[in-house]
Amino acid sequence: MTVTKKSALVGLCATLLFGSPMLAQNTQINGAGASFPFPVYTKWFSEYQKLHPNVQVNYQSIGSGGGIRQLSNETVFFGASDGPMTDEQLAAAPGKILHFPTVLGGVVPSYNLPGVTATLKFTGPVLAEIYLGTITKWNDPQITKLNPGVALPATDVTPVHRSDGSGTNYIFCDYLSKVYPEFKQKVGISTSVNWPGGVGGKGNEGVSGLVKQTPGAIGYVELIYAIQNNISYGEVQNHDGKFLRASLETVTEAAAGAAKAMPADFRVSITNAPGANAYPISSFTWMLFYENPKDKLRAKLMVDFFKWALTDGQKYCAELGYAPLPKEVVALEEKALAKIKL
Amino acid sequence: MPSAPSPRRKSKDLGFRAGTGFFAALVVLLVAGIAFVLWRESRLSIAKFGFSFWKTKTWDPVSGDFGALPFIWGTLYSSFIALLISTPVALGIAIFLSELSPRFLRTPLAFLTELLAAIPSIVYGLWGVFVLVPLVRKLEVWMPEGLRKSPLFSGPPVGVGMLAAALILAVMVIPFTSSVAREVLKAVPQTQREAAYALGATRWEAIQVAMRYGRTGILGAIILGLGRAIGETMAVTMVIGNSPTVTWSLFSPQYTMAAVIANEFTEAADDLYLSALIEIGLVLFAITLVINAASRFLIWSVNREVKAPAPTNLAAAAAREATTL
Repeated sequence: MTVTKKSALVGLCATLLFGSPMLAQNTQINGAGASFPFPVYTKWFSEYQKLHPNVQVNYQSIGSGGGIRQLSNETVFFGASDGPMTDEQLAAAPGKILHFPTVLGGVVPSYNLPGVTATLKFTGPVLAEIYLGTITKWNDPQITKLNPGVALPATDVTPVHRSDGSGTNYIFCDYLSKVYPEFKQKVGISTSVNWPGGVGGKGNEGVSGLVKQTPGAIGYVELIYAIQNNISYGEVQNHDGKFLRASLETVTEAAAGAAKAMPADFRVSITNAPGANAYPISSFTWMLFYENPKDKLRAKLMVDFFKWALTDGQKYCAELGYAPLPKEVVALEEKALAKIKL
Repeated sequence: MPSAPSPRRKSKDLGFRAGTGFFAALVVLLVAGIAFVLWRESRLSIAKFGFSFWKTKTWDPVSGDFGALPFIWGTLYSSFIALLISTPVALGIAIFLSELSPRFLRTPLAFLTELLAAIPSIVYGLWGVFVLVPLVRKLEVWMPEGLRKSPLFSGPPVGVGMLAAALILAVMVIPFTSSVAREVLKAVPQTQREAAYALGATRWEAIQVAMRYGRTGILGAIILGLGRAIGETMAVTMVIGNSPTVTWSLFSPQYTMAAVIANEFTEAADDLYLSALIEIGLVLFAITLVINAASRFLIWSVNREVKAPAPTNLAAAAAREATTL
């Protein structure tokens, strides 16, 4: 090629590469964090882009811990986490970070007991003892007492937990610690804990896969995964004493009950929430924003997106299996959004 | 032979030598760089735990108490059992393909064996979870009561555990060991086998002679398999049960170094936790280095035997004149 042809080609390529975004005025916003809400966030970002073609949000589901780290390092614009940031993490960030609940999730005890078709009932203390290793057989009196009329075999209980750090783990440990102090002492609450025994599976898929394959196994998974994989999951006794099977309605109820006592920064645990129809192992998942972001343009776009997500976005939750936020919490959040300095 | 190279050829030659020398140096720098970064990022954990990190059995992210012993144990135990299972199979495949199989079968069988090496680790993991683990559980359930009392087979028959991990590692390691061993056996000069037959050896004895001749290379093949087994991550984490325990029991879920890093790294939010995980990476790096050094030493010492004069033995005399592998 001659010199002029070559430079013309280069110029054309450069214009196409760099010129087209400028022509379309696209703004890309990067976020990272929890994998639990990844499906619904992806749906939201694509639906929102249909309404506002110039806003492109790119979300990487690298885990809650990763999201918090990236946000603190300011490599992403917003973060997402299944567990609220601790005081130490907040103090370590370069600026004040605000938490905004987006959707709700529930954690269910799924089990595999060949020959038992009835839906089993569990209480928090019984689940804690299973995971601590105190209850070792399915026909243990504590389990048979809760399930009269169900013939439970003398199979060994194999408790399956999450081997990777996760928000699901956090929620489950948070609940067990609340209802069984010995669990809090021996194991504690974190995205990753030292389980006394049992088998670890990677991801919700790993746990549900292991439960499906192992007779006598019990594992905790997100409500969505249990529904999608058609795994039988049991009922759990809630704060008010009623045995409930997790559903989108009962999970939203748990948040509605907690709305009355909601702290201003939304960093609240709603496990074992009061309410007749409140499912005990429920939790918010949060999006994390800086209160005073440096990039005002992106901040404005993000706040607009978030207002949409709190209202119109919530209708996409049900079809994906997420529990939408109760309107009391949405109202509180819309007020709190004003705190972000645009 | 050409006379002394002209200045132009000399500079080209120099350029070639400098270029390849640079690439070689790059590799050394890369390894040194990896070691340095691993050490630097695990300084927090090294400062807190020191050498007791290698001996502590607890791994508790909540209380900040970390120890690498269960992972070191799991990695070494699973790799060595995998080696125990895979070596006879791989050598059997190598011997069959190089000595015994009919000519028309050789290429397809070799191709299929090498295909095993091409399967991605995660696919092995999926196969492990859905096919291997139920089979292992059936085996565990079938195991007679008497054997179940022994420490090697104790524990509930879950399926996932050390046995499943060792089996899947064995399957992954077989193609590597067998293809290198096959090349080694192919390189054994025919004179060796002919000499053996001339002395009245049977087919199997002639094969033994060939194997003895190429034992350095075969040892290298086995060590290659070990190296693969030690570093394997995804397939292992899906079938080993991910429970940090130190036990001889093959039925028990255990944990390996690569698996714990893969599982917990993304969510490790606080600095000490992260540092402890990176220190596990450093430990893995150190163990791999030690094993590679030990295997090099082993190969060197075996090599010495081949080079040294052997007692009056025609086959050995022929070995002396041929080039070593």
